[in-house]
Amino acid sequence: MPLFSALSARWNSGDIVQILGANGSGKTTFLRLLAGLLRPHSGTVLFDGFAPESYECRSAMLYLGHQTGVELSLSPRENLEWYFALNGDKSGESMSAASVDFGALFDRVGLRGYEDVPCYQLSAGQQRRVALARLFRSNAPLWILDEPFTSIDKRGVGALVERIEEHAKSGGLVLLTSHQAWRDGCKSLDLEAYRGGVRR
Amino acid sequence: MSLIQLPSLRSALRATFVRELRIAGRNLAELANPWIFFIAVTLFVPLGLSAESKVLSVFGGGLVWILALLSVLLSLERIFQRDYDNGSLEQSILSGQPMYWLVSVKVFAHWCLTGLPLALLSPLLATMFAVPLKGWLALFLSLLFGGLAMSYVGALGAAMTVALRRGGLLISLIIIPFYLPLLIFGSEAVRSAQIGNPYVPHVMVLIAMAIFSVLFAPLAIGGALTVSMRE
Amino acid sequence: MAWQWFHQLGSPKWFYDKTGPWLPWIGCSAILLFAIGIVWGMGYAPAERLQGNSYRIMYVHFPASAVSLGGYYVMAIAGAVGLIWRIKMGFMVMKSAAMIGAVMTFLSLATGSIWAKPTWGAYWVWDARILFMLILLLLYIGIILLMETYRNQDSADFMVAILALVGTVLVPVIYKSVDWWYSLHQTASIKLTGKSAIDASMARPLIFTITSAYVAYAWFVIYNARTEVLFRERKTKWVKDLLAKG
Repeated sequence: MPLFSALSARWNSGDIVQILGANGSGKTTFLRLLAGLLRPHSGTVLFDGFAPESYECRSAMLYLGHQTGVELSLSPRENLEWYFALNGDKSGESMSAASVDFGALFDRVGLRGYEDVPCYQLSAGQQRRVALARLFRSNAPLWILDEPFTSIDKRGVGALVERIEEHAKSGGLVLLTSHQAWRDGCKSLDLEAYRGGVRR
Repeated sequence: MSLIQLPSLRSALRATFVRELRIAGRNLAELANPWIFFIAVTLFVPLGLSAESKVLSVFGGGLVWILALLSVLLSLERIFQRDYDNGSLEQSILSGQPMYWLVSVKVFAHWCLTGLPLALLSPLLATMFAVPLKGWLALFLSLLFGGLAMSYVGALGAAMTVALRRGGLLISLIIIPFYLPLLIFGSEAVRSAQIGNPYVPHVMVLIAMAIFSVLFAPLAIGGALTVSMRE
Repeated sequence: MAWQWFHQLGSPKWFYDKTGPWLPWIGCSAILLFAIGIVWGMGYAPAERLQGNSYRIMYVHFPASAVSLGGYYVMAIAGAVGLIWRIKMGFMVMKSAAMIGAVMTFLSLATGSIWAKPTWGAYWVWDARILFMLILLLLYIGIILLMETYRNQDSADFMVAILALVGTVLVPVIYKSVDWWYSLHQTASIKLTGKSAIDASMARPLIFTITSAYVAYAWFVIYNARTEVLFRERKTKWVKDLLAKG
């Protein structure tokens, strides 16, 4: 039984797209498909003509999945150092991890004072914020975010929304899922409409 | 898409290597498991088989090799499981850095924490298992290069089972046939050296196996990890 | 032209339809060849100098060994076809070959063990070939277990194909290593009653049984693959129609 089929969509830089659907309708699966972690049974996903598994696409993508990608025995600083040593900020200029102002970054996500504490000592929300810190420094043209607001308090949500909109305004494409409805000015794709091979 | 520059491969690999060592250092209990096993069985041998040097020395080299193989087998799960479970593996794959090298560095770090220390401690092990002095160099060299092959081939087993919940024993089942040539040449190297026969050809074979696995295993491992991501 | 045929072979339905009529022919040939070989070998070939009549088990043992080793490569090639050309049929044949191969390897070990008792006095001897067959059995079992443990069929297929391919490269290495090891550690008693050169009059029935083993192998693999096709394609119309017809 396919999760969804006969699905077709086009998005542009500067769009913020919210993927909608009830729990279990395949939102995470869909995002993973777009990120190139899964392969569809039929059909293609292309970003600027490139497949998601290609180098061109991966070097331009930031993915925030269900799992945070945060190693609990390391500190937030060590986690982010590793992340940026691999990814950089995925903008047009080369970047070294040394050029990341970790102090300012931790300020923005409210982790000041916790930078060098092993992550297993942090709360779930704080661990999540370590992952979110990447968003505040990354300029990757494509953002795929799965439930980015999980475990984040109101103030954090506000800062994150602001950042996402800032990113879209400067030309980034943001695809996300969220239980909260986005503000106006956002495209959406409702997976319910494509469920189970029945065109509705 | 404008040309985006990722950080240099060197910085990525260095960061990966440092991270592996750091994680190992912070999780010593996990790291110690195979060593504890090794020590325990080292006690079993003289009690269960024989404590006589004359008898032990006949089997000594082979016994050390068997224990080395088994302890490396026990440590294999560790290579990818943590990163798979917390999403770091996903992030490495999606970074855009070449998987071949990321994988290779991770496995190399694993060798630095298993095979390399084993080789360095081989004089101690040789003493406990009554391996005569003539066999020490052979034991060291065979464990050094054999250990490299053990890590790279073993990592393939780890990559194939990382997405399965109870993968542990399955790794061993898959990998044991591939370890047998290593055991054969490794133990034979020590045996030959002990009786004064040439052992360098045996070590050469192990070196060849090590080179081959270092070069090619990361390809298969990358494929297996990609498939595991789809689970 | 040949390429089109190749890709057509990849369609499960095509495979199913085409192989249907072949099966009875293949099956009959296998049985016929085996009958000739066994009757000749058991009844008419002369008794061996050292082993007497017990050597006759080789008429079953050697074919089983040959097929189990050859079968590994069939499995690996089928897996490669599935992996490289994304032809699902390749994976189905691979799965089928894995099961048959495991059974054949077990048969080889069992008959080898039966042969060992009168020849060498024990049911189990650490002979190079027995050891290698045991290793092969472990390889097969590992592959089958890996296949069964993955819930997602596609993941299972890919993973097992990778493993089979890696094995392809390593199996000769394992064989050579075990052979070499054995040549160093041969004990005198094994050498004495070892493999004496097989006389032509004894070898001829062997040709029949070995050939019959390959043919029977083909039959089992095709039969098993057809069952796999029906199972995997059970949601499609053509299978539903077929099953409805009874």
